[in-house]
Amino acid sequence: MNKPSAATTTNASAAPVHPRASLAEPAPWPGAPKVATGAEHPEDAPLSIHDMTVAYDRKPVLWDIDYNAPQGKLIGIIGPNGAGKSTLIKAVLGLVPMASGKVSIFGKPYSKQRRLVGYVPQRESVDWDFPVSALDVVAMGLYRRIGWCLPVTRRHRNAAREALDRVGMADYADRQISRLSGGQQQRVFLARALVQDALVYFMDEPFAGVDAATEQAIIALLQELRRGGKTVLVVHHDLQTVETYFDELLLLNMRIVAAGETGEVFTQENLHKTYGGRLTLLDQAAEAMARKGVRR
Amino acid sequence: MLLVVVGLGTAAPVLTHADASAGFWARAVRMISLRDHNTRVVLIGTSLLGMSAGVVGTFMLLRKRALVGDALSHATLPGIALAFMVMTHLGMDGKSLVGLLAGGVITSVAGLACVLLIRRTTRVKDDAALGIVLGVFFGLGVALLGVIQSMRGGNAAGLESFIYGKTASMLTSDAVLIAVAAVGVVLVCALLFKEFALICFDVPYAGSQGWPVLWLDVVLMGLVVIVTVIGLQAVGLILVIALLVTPPAAARFWTDRLDVTVIVAAVIGAASGLVGAGLSAMVPRLPAGAIIVSVATAVFIASLVFGTTRGVLVRVIQHLGLTQRIAEQHLLRAMYESAEASQRGSAVSNDRAVGWSSLIDARSWSQRELRRLIGRARRHGWIVEAPAPSQRTSTDVAAQSANDPGTSDRWFRLTETGLAEASRVIRNHRLWEMYLITHADVAPSHVDRDADQVEHVLGPEMVRSLIELLEVQGRGASVPPSPHVVGVPPALPR
Repeated sequence: MNKPSAATTTNASAAPVHPRASLAEPAPWPGAPKVATGAEHPEDAPLSIHDMTVAYDRKPVLWDIDYNAPQGKLIGIIGPNGAGKSTLIKAVLGLVPMASGKVSIFGKPYSKQRRLVGYVPQRESVDWDFPVSALDVVAMGLYRRIGWCLPVTRRHRNAAREALDRVGMADYADRQISRLSGGQQQRVFLARALVQDALVYFMDEPFAGVDAATEQAIIALLQELRRGGKTVLVVHHDLQTVETYFDELLLLNMRIVAAGETGEVFTQENLHKTYGGRLTLLDQAAEAMARKGVRR
Repeated sequence: MLLVVVGLGTAAPVLTHADASAGFWARAVRMISLRDHNTRVVLIGTSLLGMSAGVVGTFMLLRKRALVGDALSHATLPGIALAFMVMTHLGMDGKSLVGLLAGGVITSVAGLACVLLIRRTTRVKDDAALGIVLGVFFGLGVALLGVIQSMRGGNAAGLESFIYGKTASMLTSDAVLIAVAAVGVVLVCALLFKEFALICFDVPYAGSQGWPVLWLDVVLMGLVVIVTVIGLQAVGLILVIALLVTPPAAARFWTDRLDVTVIVAAVIGAASGLVGAGLSAMVPRLPAGAIIVSVATAVFIASLVFGTTRGVLVRVIQHLGLTQRIAEQHLLRAMYESAEASQRGSAVSNDRAVGWSSLIDARSWSQRELRRLIGRARRHGWIVEAPAPSQRTSTDVAAQSANDPGTSDRWFRLTETGLAEASRVIRNHRLWEMYLITHADVAPSHVDRDADQVEHVLGPEMVRSLIELLEVQGRGASVPPSPHVVGVPPALPR
């Protein structure tokens, strides 16, 4: 648990003068460090969101999000359709603009910490008919490290092959991606994030449309990541498995309904607030703002 | 197209003396022997153009921007007309290619800016925005050409050749311009190969990794503009989009790899440019653009049919192969089950002969089909002809003689390998049946036909999980008993 992992050095090199570079040490730390949870020192949490509001076409989809993710946990993001789960991740990664707010990864803006963050987009977000092999897709996780204009070399391909092996897909490395099953495609995406060797992972519905075997493989992998001290945030749909999969939860419905340890926040009342009692006024206000914006 | 070249090649020696008559063959000979300096220039120019169009087109197609390319090319026309007007006004040569093309680039980029502006500020959808820009800019260009025609002093003849393309007027300097631009475009694509691949495949991921998606897009579309503009002279602005789209679309039938797709598209593009320009040089008044695009289309159709990866022919062959394999497996199953029925209790061995009549009753195949199937199975070494069993008391024999004495009294038995293969098929079939009965609540009387479809596609991994799920213990490769009555042929109308 105590060994200085490769991840630690990555972090240190990305933030050489940062006094709390040791944050990347695998959790839980035996020495009871001063930085216990993100909540106490939000500026150093793996993910810290302050006062975030996001709007599409001037229609707000996320209101006033304040959240600090604890280190080394599997965190489920749950909520009904249209609750803004994917949007939350995309806003954190700078893929959709924020109307207001601030996001930091280990105390710094995301744009400076990209190396520490792995992203698994929704499987449906890409065209799987694309003429590349599973190995090619995984190698994309190394493009940033390879740098502009330089080609993918044997060394990178070996790293990609290793990542494929970790998700049990070594035998499919050279197969064109449309010839993979949905679960296999999802594992390829996962391998692409793994090959980055990040500290924080964002996964957008990795369990959507996958077979039971893949779901088990993925959850085993997530637990392995957690053992390595990584923080994993997962957009999730299946309420039945929430309690067994996640240490922490973020219940979301356009705003944060509840956040914290699964045992504490996964309650009937919170679920009702998240799924049942739709905050109609919030919806109506959003609609009104959208209409107003269009009329201008 | 190879045929054309070969045909002309063989015709060459016969007809060289007819040079003076300047007929088709004479021109063809001159063309192929590249005696003509101008022909050489044109052919090199159009080949390089085709190559660069194939390379850039691959990325444009994968980025799903083909329509944008079309709008861009149409938006060059007003620029060409305006450039001509400005240059004539300034007392320069109004037909300087560089000047005209520069004008084309400017309005083309302006067209793209309009598309983006419409997309951002209105609720007009993408395709409508592209259509609007394409139509408005092209219309403006045609109107300006009309104005130029009526302008005094301006020698505008030839400007409309940019619409349909005309290689005959290509000068050496023009070809050099095209060559330099084309090579430059290909070079940029080679350098940005993995960056382009990433934004074509997965924009959100590229963005999350900090790649400047917008700027890479701008560079890609800039390359499209360059290819469009250098293609104006040879292919014309209406058809240049075809040169960008067709070669990559054709290449996709031959490979599943991106680098190979790019190379194949480049080769198809270059060949189309070469052959197309060559043909149009041989036949006067044949517009080069149309010929080049026709050649590319011919290659596309050939690829569609014969492509080794996704071609129609390959798919048909694969499908036939699968159908055949399924039929063969059905035969093996019929052999096995028939043998099993007659030696109830003991394990099925391969010394048991099965008669023609019980095979023909097992499935709804015709005499001819069965004969063919048996022939194939014998060639595989799965079954051999066997002597008729000596005790002619079994029901098999009775049926045999009653059924069709003409089909000869033929008997067969499984070989060692045939038995192994049959056992595998039967096992898959029965495992699936048991799964349907125990886990999917399908009635035992219905599972047979359902399993029929599935048994042929079960991979080793699925079989393993089936065995695990059904807890078929300690049987290894052995065959579980059928969960329903076997041997009674389904009452199908024959």
